[in-house]
Amino acid sequence: MVGLDSHPEEWARYTPRQRMQRFLIYLFCIAAIVWSLTSINVIWEWVYDAPEQMGDLFSRMVPPDTRNLGTILWVLVETVNIATLATGLAVIVSLPVAYIAAQNTTPNALTLWLGRFILVSSRSVNTIIWALLFVAIFGPGIIAGILAIMFRSIGFIGKLLGEAIEEIDRRPVEALEATGASRFKVILYAIVPQVMPVFWAVSILRWDINLRESTVLGLVGAGGIGLILQSAIDTFNWQEAATVLLAILALVVLGEIVAMALRRRII
Amino acid sequence: MSPTPDTWRRPPMISNPWLRYGLVVAVILYVVWAFSTLPIDWQQMSEGVTRAQRIFSGAFPPSFERSNLLISGFLESIRIAILATVGGVFLSIPIAFMAAKNLSPLPIYLLGRGIIIVARSFHPVIVAIIFVKAVGFGPLAGVLTLIVYSVGFVAKMLAERIEEIDWGQVEAMRAVGAGYLSTVFYGVFPQIMPRQIGLSIYQLDSNLRASAVVGIVGAGGIGSTLANAFGRYDYDFALAITLVIVGAILLSEAISGQIRKRIW
Repeated sequence: MVGLDSHPEEWARYTPRQRMQRFLIYLFCIAAIVWSLTSINVIWEWVYDAPEQMGDLFSRMVPPDTRNLGTILWVLVETVNIATLATGLAVIVSLPVAYIAAQNTTPNALTLWLGRFILVSSRSVNTIIWALLFVAIFGPGIIAGILAIMFRSIGFIGKLLGEAIEEIDRRPVEALEATGASRFKVILYAIVPQVMPVFWAVSILRWDINLRESTVLGLVGAGGIGLILQSAIDTFNWQEAATVLLAILALVVLGEIVAMALRRRII
Repeated sequence: MSPTPDTWRRPPMISNPWLRYGLVVAVILYVVWAFSTLPIDWQQMSEGVTRAQRIFSGAFPPSFERSNLLISGFLESIRIAILATVGGVFLSIPIAFMAAKNLSPLPIYLLGRGIIIVARSFHPVIVAIIFVKAVGFGPLAGVLTLIVYSVGFVAKMLAERIEEIDWGQVEAMRAVGAGYLSTVFYGVFPQIMPRQIGLSIYQLDSNLRASAVVGIVGAGGIGSTLANAFGRYDYDFALAITLVIVGAILLSEAISGQIRKRIW
């Protein structure tokens, strides 16, 4: 028991040590901000000017020019196709990758590291950087876009699916193995049913993300609606750019609604 | 009575056979249709193999010769990420309050949600290309872009947290006659602060990652260095930059994960 007299006179929320820690953290944050502000290569006149410039830009976007709406909508469908096909292909490729990247199903240590290497390298390179690479290889076009989205998605789907495989209940696997089932049958009857919900959830989530990413592929020449946006901006055709932006907004919001509906039906 | 079948079959995921086979046919038809409509140039694709060989032989070994360019580009990315995180997090607090159903009247709620939806829907690269046209090439466009990007994520998550707060503390503040600001400061802020700090650290990590990308369209940072290297066919330098980006992302992910684990 602590005696009453041992209580300090004044109540304080933090001990001096904690206060010191907090002070140092604040100091570090402020130092980081000051360093960034003072060393960043920005012309400050442009900063004060920025709201006016933005206002000017938006005023030039009104009213949106809808003369090209037919083409824009068709390219938007193409963009959706890029995202969907790439997601589908990525899902197929990521299945074996997830299988060898999961600790409990991988055949040996070498394949485990191979799987992890594929996942990390795919995940840490952004779609746009993949797109730059594939545009350099295959030239500008839709192939580069599909491959870029695919390569980025394999890591994402593979990682989440691999984690789901690691968390499965071992007992169905053991039961099947005890009956002398082949490896393939163990996968099909013991592992697949357990990871099915995660599989659908991850695929739908990635499709939703890919829809968003596919809208910018065109800016580096990898096909889709971004190409039209780029050409409208390059020719200072801001009214058409506004139409494209609104179309992209509608597409993304619609995609989110579809993804939500699918998730509710399947899972 | 139908006889019990002597082999067991796995129950299908979709029990209605019409729907099941219909879906399969629909998917096949869609894939065929989609591939046939996409303007794919197979000729170009087959030429790609030789080009890939040239690129990869040019990229190995990665060249760190111009590492001062690499470092300065990278420091700029860090500055962009820090300033955008600070700006975005501060800006997202009022927007999150607007977009919280329990604190805002309906018209303000809808306005707040609208801002969040617009900020979230546009990929940062699209936002960047617009800002680059409006305020010129360089890190300023990058900072503005990532502020929008941060608002989209932080304000959304924060608004959800505000909607979950314990209402009793707000009621207590109102009962003693506190005004709106005092209620917010003493009744709401203490409840959302831990989440806000966690979100800020996550967003810093996320912004660093995104700043590598928005630079490709001219918004400053390491992405601009990468785009330049690619444009000049300096594939060995481009590979070096990519390796540094990957390393930095893994490192920052690990650090931010550690900090958040301690706070949350």
